[in-house]
Amino acid sequence: MAKRDRLSGNEAVAIALRQINPDVFPAFPITPSTEIPQYFASFVANGQVDTEFIPVESEHSSMSAAIGASAAGARSLTATSSCGLAYMWEELYIAASNRLPLALALVNRALSGPININCDHSDSMGARDSGWIQIYAENNQEAYDNMVQAYRISEHQDVRLPIMICQDGFITSHAVENIELLEDDEVKNFVGEYRPENYLLNPECPMAVGPYSITDYYMEAKRNQAEGMKHVEQVVLDVAEEFAKVSGREYGLFEEYCMDDAEVAVVMIGSAAGTTKDAIDKLRAEGKKVGLLKIRLFRPFPADAIAKALSNVKAVAIMDRAEGYTNHGGPLGADVMSALFRARSQALAVNYIYGLGGRDVRVEDMESIFATLEQIVKNNDAGETYRYLGIRE
Amino acid sequence: MSNLTEIRWHGRGGQGAKTAALLLADVAFQTGKYVQGFPEYGPERMGAPITAYNRISDTPIRVHSNIYDPQYVVVVDESLLEAVDVTSGLKKDGAILVNTQRAKEEIIPHLKGYEGKVYIIDAHKVSMATMGRYFPNTPLLAAIVKVAGIMDEETFLKEMRASFSHKFASKPEVIDGNMAALKMALEEVR
Repeated sequence: MAKRDRLSGNEAVAIALRQINPDVFPAFPITPSTEIPQYFASFVANGQVDTEFIPVESEHSSMSAAIGASAAGARSLTATSSCGLAYMWEELYIAASNRLPLALALVNRALSGPININCDHSDSMGARDSGWIQIYAENNQEAYDNMVQAYRISEHQDVRLPIMICQDGFITSHAVENIELLEDDEVKNFVGEYRPENYLLNPECPMAVGPYSITDYYMEAKRNQAEGMKHVEQVVLDVAEEFAKVSGREYGLFEEYCMDDAEVAVVMIGSAAGTTKDAIDKLRAEGKKVGLLKIRLFRPFPADAIAKALSNVKAVAIMDRAEGYTNHGGPLGADVMSALFRARSQALAVNYIYGLGGRDVRVEDMESIFATLEQIVKNNDAGETYRYLGIRE
Repeated sequence: MSNLTEIRWHGRGGQGAKTAALLLADVAFQTGKYVQGFPEYGPERMGAPITAYNRISDTPIRVHSNIYDPQYVVVVDESLLEAVDVTSGLKKDGAILVNTQRAKEEIIPHLKGYEGKVYIIDAHKVSMATMGRYFPNTPLLAAIVKVAGIMDEETFLKEMRASFSHKFASKPEVIDGNMAALKMALEEVR
């Protein structure tokens, strides 16, 4: 039985973690993710979980401790934001290359500078090539649901890779919204017990984790990592199907909103997708064929499925909440355009940078994007493909 | 979305504007509504202006932007009347609620010609009389529920008692004071 509640995004993720009851949670606080370990610490103090909660002295240490615990055979995780993720950098690669299925609850926040506590995706986008699975949420419900599904994806024997469950700092992390929670038992049964095949603290099978590997094996190790990634799409879909049976809520690699007959579309990640849906409803009422493709799984990048979903649109705006400093757009833009190119798409594509450092995105802003796309179709010319939304010149 | 109510709170860090917005979301949720309550932080320090927002609706809320054209504005600290454009976008058929010890006639000239309804409450008086300390957000919460007609008073008080019992589980002695503040505020707002 679902429980109707109202929670902030941080509280929702903390409750998912209470229901999962992981073995080890090392943590170091940073805005806006601090509340996740804060709520969780109260669950530990109240005896609601039997997790080993380790307050550490830095994010480098929190990720290191999560890695150590995972290598030892425990289900582990940590939470962070922004500079905290940056400080974990080398450890992110170690978690992924050691094929450790640990989780990171990431609350997206801009990287310095200028110093800024608000949302953009520059932190997780920088980690997109680290070998972690990345899943993003539009709202608190999705942040909760993604956290519940995380370990089933990450620990799957065909995958065995770490997973980053991302939500937008403040916009969802600190906003109280309606949410439906699963019962504790439902989550417990869905997630299941973690029984690692190989782990350090197994006296029956001594092993090494993270050894030195020079030219003769390094490349094969990286190729093996890529093999794990290749299985993620299918596992994400399988887990989502099972989750739908428990929750009634359906997930895929991405969400298509009004895409069936859309002539122009927006591709984006995160909370502004909800705002875009309101803009779409308004424009649809005026008879305009506009749609949204909202990315859920960003790493690995489901390029073929995305190109297929966009195969009938005449123009598309790809929205990046992070700069790429390539002089022609951001990371999502690069990935979507490459997917369209591989599929020999004829769609006219533009890439917008938006919402940096928490710059607000309004329904009117998204209406203006769709108006621009209509103009692009009319002119049969994308014009400047590298654009900024809502910048003061 | 014609049933959507949007409220914007202006306060200073430490006065509880964010907490009030979250409590309002909480109590509206209890009556079966879809809600949002969220803060917008500027500098993270005591005394800095902060804004908080509420959306309350009969249908699910998807928009994640701030609120620019609210029906209601609550000013937790009247010194903000000079510092912040509190009536910006405020709808004429809505209202503004100001926490002040002054008379309404003295406040109106500071509202940049706002043509809608103006309500005031002396949250300091209510707070000191009922709680012995200055917590402006509790009286303002009751006042805006009444001004905006979010729910009937009896339901509001019943739900708030439950909410306080949860929030103040570790210090139940403050619940009665907070409840008295809500009741007095419902009488005092004008």
